[in-house]
Amino acid sequence: MKRIEAIIRPEKTDKLIDRLEAIGISGLNITEIKGYGSQKGHSETYRGVTYRIRLRKKIKVEIIVEYTDVDKIVEAIKEAVQTGEVGDGKIFVSDIENVIRIRTGEEGAVAL
Amino acid sequence: MSSRVISSEYLKVILMSLVLVILFSGMAFAQNDQAAANAIAIDTVWTLIAAFLVFFMQAGFAMVEAGFTRAKNAGNIIMKNMMDFASGSLVFWAVGFAFMFGSGNNFIGTTGYFLQDTFANLGLDIPIAAFFIFQTVFAATAATIVSGAMAERTNFSGYLAYSVVITAFIYPVVGHWIWGGGWLAEMGIVDFAGSTVVHSVGGWAALAGAIVLGPRIGKYNEDGSANALPGHNLLMAALGVFILWFGWFGFNPGSTVAGTDLSIASIAVTTNLAAAAGAVMAMIVSWIKYGKADVSMTLNGALAGLVGITAGTAAVGNLSAVIIGAIAGVIVIYSVEFFDKLQIDDPVGAVSVHGVCGAFGTIAVGFFAAEGGLLFGGGISLLITQIIGVVTVFVWAFGLGFVLFKAIDAVIGLRVSEEDEIEGLDFSEHGTDSYPDFMVNVKAEN
Repeated sequence: MKRIEAIIRPEKTDKLIDRLEAIGISGLNITEIKGYGSQKGHSETYRGVTYRIRLRKKIKVEIIVEYTDVDKIVEAIKEAVQTGEVGDGKIFVSDIENVIRIRTGEEGAVAL
Repeated sequence: MSSRVISSEYLKVILMSLVLVILFSGMAFAQNDQAAANAIAIDTVWTLIAAFLVFFMQAGFAMVEAGFTRAKNAGNIIMKNMMDFASGSLVFWAVGFAFMFGSGNNFIGTTGYFLQDTFANLGLDIPIAAFFIFQTVFAATAATIVSGAMAERTNFSGYLAYSVVITAFIYPVVGHWIWGGGWLAEMGIVDFAGSTVVHSVGGWAALAGAIVLGPRIGKYNEDGSANALPGHNLLMAALGVFILWFGWFGFNPGSTVAGTDLSIASIAVTTNLAAAAGAVMAMIVSWIKYGKADVSMTLNGALAGLVGITAGTAAVGNLSAVIIGAIAGVIVIYSVEFFDKLQIDDPVGAVSVHGVCGAFGTIAVGFFAAEGGLLFGGGISLLITQIIGVVTVFVWAFGLGFVLFKAIDAVIGLRVSEEDEIEGLDFSEHGTDSYPDFMVNVKAEN
């Protein structure tokens, strides 16, 4: 099994979920995160004082899938959230050793 | 016979006339009594309505201050605005009102503690209770101005001690000088609804408090530059400004304490024009200076216009009101920057809005008053009186405020510890959290 973590633009979240549901993904987790990459931060002013916002708001989507589905899902994510501008985000793929469903105690791929 | 008939006819007419004259003059007397009673009733109702509007300004201050500061201190802001009104109401009843409006000398009133007096010296037709509740909410306004300037770092018990003293003594004495027949009143100072009496007193005490406290942790860098500590809710701050603006329609027109005084209409107009001009100018200046129209500065600009017009609202024309409001809207921005340069940390701009613009508004009467203003051919004497008032009230409110805050610092401690300031005053002073559901509630177990 694999974990797919995608850091995406917050405004693309709904579109991505629609796309993933369309290809049959049964569940995912979303976290609101802050960070910076090549997009860096920006400046704001408050009562005449300029200050730097170092971190931008992003959304992290986490999906655990069977390894055979990885390519299909990565393609779907790219299609759904790519704009071509700096700040589109990144996708990380890593291994998952085991999955246990707490309710039934099932383990492995059936627990996904 | 005919002559007798005629004379009896005459008699009838004369009798009838007499009866009518007596009847109508009686009715006329009754009508005059009724009209006078109605006039007093109208004045009483108007004064009470205005008092209730000014009371609501307390909510406005609470929202402005909470919105302009960080979420971790919101509950502490609310407690300060709640308790300076509650404790202030009690001490103003006990002694403050007597110091302000009792008969006494040129410096202070000395009769009528606990309202145990007729206050005949005031020559009021309305019940003293109506005048008293109106003055109570004014006193609370002066006290609560300070809360914002001292936000996010003040020991709660120290603040309570301060608020009792300002409402019991510092504010009422100035009030006696200007409104209670004291020495400035005798000089002919014009401060209709309290640019100086209420706003400058609060603003200068706030300045003393901010200086004695020192800046919030992280506000200024070693090289002297300022950091932004953005407030947590601009909506809340804006709602507060709207509430204050609304309340000001009681603050200024209500200061006639007479609904039969039809100048309440023109006072409402000058009040609104000045606020509007203040907001517009603050927006324009912030736009030019910072590249964007600054929300919090524009909000401050509306308040600056309101504070500025409060002294002259009944004495100046509409165009003068616009000019006064506009200048106040510009002053407030440069004043906020000025105090930031001095590293006097005033999170909500209370010193600039109430102290500086209150002083400006009072002096502006000397220029713009339709009767007695320098620009309207009234000569310089009113202007000089206004300046004397502004300067002496500064010395009194700032000086006493400074001594008071130093004393509180020595006896109770004015500032919370560094750990408490970082954790937030909601927790350190009140053991609570104003926004508990904004994070995962780990305590909630089945």
